[in-house]
Amino acid sequence: MVKSNGQAGLSANDVDVRHTAAPRKAWNAFATPAIGKGVRALSRLLKHGGSAFPGRIVEQVDPGFLARTLAQLPLGVVLVSGTNGKTTTTRMVASMLRSLGLKVFTNPTGSNFTRGVVSALLTEVTMGGRLDADIAVLELDEAYAVHFVRQVRPRYALLLNVMRDQLDRFGEIDNTARLLSHVAETTTGTVVLNREDPRIARLAGVVPDGTGVYYFGLSDDLRSFFPTDDDMHRTDVVDGGQPTGERKAGNALPADVALTRVGDHHADFLMDGATFSTDVHLEGVYNLFNAAAALAVVRAVVADAADAMPNIHPTDDDLIAAVAEVTPAFGRGESIDVNGTNVELLLVKNPMGFRLALTSFDPAGHDTMIVINDEYADGRDMSWLWDVDFTGLRGTGVGMVSGVRAWDMALRLGYDDVAVDDVNPDIDAAVDAFLAKDAGRPKRIYCTYTSMLKVRAHLGRIADVADAGVGRE
Amino acid sequence: MTNETTERRVIDVVSLYPNDMNIYGDSGNVLTIRRRLALYGYEPVIHHYNQGDDWPEHVDMILGGGGQDSGQSKIIDDFFTRADLLRELAADGVPMLMICGMYQLFGEYFETSEGKRLDGIGVIGAYTVGQDVRMIGNLVEHSNDFGDVIGYENHSGQTFLREGVAPLGHVNAEGRGNNGEDHTEGARVNNVIGTYMHGSLLPKNPKISDFLIAKAAERRYGAFEPQVTDTAKAELDRLEHFAVEARRVAASRPR
Repeated sequence: MVKSNGQAGLSANDVDVRHTAAPRKAWNAFATPAIGKGVRALSRLLKHGGSAFPGRIVEQVDPGFLARTLAQLPLGVVLVSGTNGKTTTTRMVASMLRSLGLKVFTNPTGSNFTRGVVSALLTEVTMGGRLDADIAVLELDEAYAVHFVRQVRPRYALLLNVMRDQLDRFGEIDNTARLLSHVAETTTGTVVLNREDPRIARLAGVVPDGTGVYYFGLSDDLRSFFPTDDDMHRTDVVDGGQPTGERKAGNALPADVALTRVGDHHADFLMDGATFSTDVHLEGVYNLFNAAAALAVVRAVVADAADAMPNIHPTDDDLIAAVAEVTPAFGRGESIDVNGTNVELLLVKNPMGFRLALTSFDPAGHDTMIVINDEYADGRDMSWLWDVDFTGLRGTGVGMVSGVRAWDMALRLGYDDVAVDDVNPDIDAAVDAFLAKDAGRPKRIYCTYTSMLKVRAHLGRIADVADAGVGRE
Repeated sequence: MTNETTERRVIDVVSLYPNDMNIYGDSGNVLTIRRRLALYGYEPVIHHYNQGDDWPEHVDMILGGGGQDSGQSKIIDDFFTRADLLRELAADGVPMLMICGMYQLFGEYFETSEGKRLDGIGVIGAYTVGQDVRMIGNLVEHSNDFGDVIGYENHSGQTFLREGVAPLGHVNAEGRGNNGEDHTEGARVNNVIGTYMHGSLLPKNPKISDFLIAKAAERRYGAFEPQVTDTAKAELDRLEHFAVEARRVAASRPR
């Protein structure tokens, strides 16, 4: 069901983030973990789907639970937000901090809203309400990030980018930037900003006195790989032209961590004047830039942790080693073996993400399938497909197009002069037909959010698919 | 092969302020016109006109899109310097498609919910008033000239047409279209079409695409005479098939 913009019912204006509620204890707070855990167990037992359900109950009976529980953490909260890359980057930050020896609480993939965080906390806290962790790393959707900072002031904020995403949800991207400015305003320790995205870099202006600002960035020659939202539209997409990479923001600001070279599963990072080279498991060049973002915030945490935890003092080499260990998250290039055929799944949620995915993965040597749904979580409006350049698929064509909006996608490919072998809106049947054709040859499937859940569920019936912690919402 | 000639039949298309007025996939309209012109045997030349650029020597069609408030404020000064020219071209029958933000600017004025008034260029006898409720969602409108028009509206301004100004079409339900009240959507003045429909509009509404193309060709060459090769015919058929199916599905989806 589509509602008007703002799934959280929030706009930049109706939130006064300066009145952050102090963690107040409800009279019945002692019982919250038990109630929450009970509801959770019960809802699992009754298969009352929804990982957020116990969170909803707890938000009602004990609204201070979130703030009170997170306030125990000696190193506070790292909040990660932005349009693209939240999930992977959150996973990287959590994984890196863990390999440095910290106990990390993080919200599971896909539950990037406050209620999801509450639900996840419920499984972790003891019956006495204690959370056994040093730090929390939380991914929050832009609108929910505002909701969250009203209750909990993060010690660290990592703000990645502002891109045209589901504009029907948040309105215009300038408004999305305003949502994130509330996060920057309430962060107590360090705000880490993408200096290459002018709307993000500008947020340095609202960071309160006493809170530090770090930037992550790109070397000059890499900028054309990572167009900002404005760059993407500067060159008309219809021309299939590459953005110029001219950038007004950026260069003048010092980057704490800069990505300086990208290769196949390889990256160079510049930190304090020294270059660090490493192999990575991550797929796609954009995840290397996310790694620079993760490095920057981890460096900020590590600098502070030296006081709180004297036994933890990693070097930059340790941090780079931690980057090398990170594995891709759900739908970010995960590979599934289906009876001997390698099937790669890529989640596409917005024009920039789709564009970056298409430029990161060479279609040659693979059969390509695209699955487009228009459920609420995908975005109802198909306009976004017209902001993606598909001309890179002309050489290979697309083997199968599926999903509720399969015909919209086929039409889009048609106008980019891309061959389409088959169109079948029924996802299960389309996956079967796609895999059956030329079995053994590697396959790549681009999916929107809800279609990814369907594709994974179907593949799970015929192959071994890891539980990525999603699919229950 | 039919009628292949070596004669160049250029059609000059202006994409108006593509840097700042390009939200919600409106560049898909430019792509659609470009491809269809080529398939009909014309040579499309797309001029990306941004503020401060020289105006192209020849103009056969103008396409404009939606923008954020910040985009509108960036183009507005330049837009006023081109106002007389745009009014002349519109009066002279140049086909134009103005979506959302540019539709509003082609009207008489826009009054924000705080009462601030921004002038338009008055090509279309319409004015827009800001409101807090956003009209958003899949939409089908019924048009005498183009049949059912399928798209996705997303706007907070309420547009009211002056008496005698024809809407592009009519919507069945309350709370959608130009203003949510009078069941009209868009406007049609001479060969200028204004509308709130994104989607992109033109790929799923080939009748409107071909109307714009035919008017441009008639004005420049006296008649619209497609020269369609067998390959181009097959491609047009493929696009038609995809469009018919995409329209059917879009019309059945929840708002």
